[in-house]
Amino acid sequence: MGKFRKQFVSGIIAANPVFMLGLGLCPVLAVSVAIDYGIGMSGAVMFVLMASNIVISFIRKFVPSISRIPIFIVIIATFVTITTLVFEAWIPALHEALGLFLPLIVVNCIILGRAEAFASKNPVASTIADTLGATVGFALALVTICFFRELFGTGSLSLFGVHLFTLPVLGEDPILLFILPPGAFLVIGLLLALLRWRGVAQSE
Amino acid sequence: MNELIVIFVSMAFVNNVVFARYLGLCPYFGVSKKTGPALGMGMAVIFVMLIAAAATWLINHYILIPFNVQFMQIVIFILVISSLVQITELFIKRTSATLYNALGIFLALITTNCAVLFVTLWNALHNYTFIESIVSALGAGIGFALALILMSGIRERLEIADCPRSMRGLPIAFIAAMMLSLALIGLGGMI
Repeated sequence: MGKFRKQFVSGIIAANPVFMLGLGLCPVLAVSVAIDYGIGMSGAVMFVLMASNIVISFIRKFVPSISRIPIFIVIIATFVTITTLVFEAWIPALHEALGLFLPLIVVNCIILGRAEAFASKNPVASTIADTLGATVGFALALVTICFFRELFGTGSLSLFGVHLFTLPVLGEDPILLFILPPGAFLVIGLLLALLRWRGVAQSE
Repeated sequence: MNELIVIFVSMAFVNNVVFARYLGLCPYFGVSKKTGPALGMGMAVIFVMLIAAAATWLINHYILIPFNVQFMQIVIFILVISSLVQITELFIKRTSATLYNALGIFLALITTNCAVLFVTLWNALHNYTFIESIVSALGAGIGFALALILMSGIRERLEIADCPRSMRGLPIAFIAAMMLSLALIGLGGMI
């Protein structure tokens, strides 16, 4: 049990895909304008990564290593298609908001990275632990960035349509920059610098 | 003709793939440390986007739409792109050593460049004609190359700049990207 726990924890902090490895940046920056979108995107990535890694781990012994990448991509693309169709049918608002970033999960480097580096070499049980760690790490990074962008960009916070609170001054005069594309770069740059300054991440 | 110019300018500048749509960021921050490789990567992306747009348009219009299986777009497009990249790599290796030396390593990386898949899906979503698809791919490719080359120039300077230790490397590159992106927002009203 200790081994699984170590794999799980390493994905969250030491090998956090977004902050430490710089992987999967595109969806993180693109959908991080509101916490709702962040949670939706994390859910989609979690499902795709978990389902495809379990399948890849099961078939790892039958896949010839020369053609493994195309096979992994087809498996991942299948689950991404399922996710896209499910979102379109049941949560159309979120599907609309995430737009093309939902199908673009296929080329999210975290997914192919975990499939190639871990699931294709390890048994199912430890693959599940590793995947959980990586996806929770991804979700944590994404929701943190969403939190700051929504808070400063709109001056208030809401979760699934429920209004939580409004900041005193920013509520009337939000810093629009945070919602615009530059805000995403600014927030992730400052967060990375903060993590390095506190010694959580390695400086260059 | 006007239509085509609008598509081109919109893809290349106003809705730049990197600064306005946040696509292809992994290769963007990975390869933008020096101008030379950045130029190679930019050219390779333009090239792959063009052939990917042409191939996926043909497949979409002559296979997927007639058989009414557009939901297979994601699976088919990503396969087409990755096999095209491999074929191109083999072809260039055989025919032109200079071109292979310039683009070779970058071609392999492009399969996971989400900007390429984005362009093909975007063209399919907007029902572009063949010519429009090509122009939009060219615009997106040039926009990506431009962003990459601009950034590499900045990062070469940042290497020797005296900035706080914890900001060095990736964090300061993000801040620089923020300023570039802020400048491009100024073009927003153009279209």
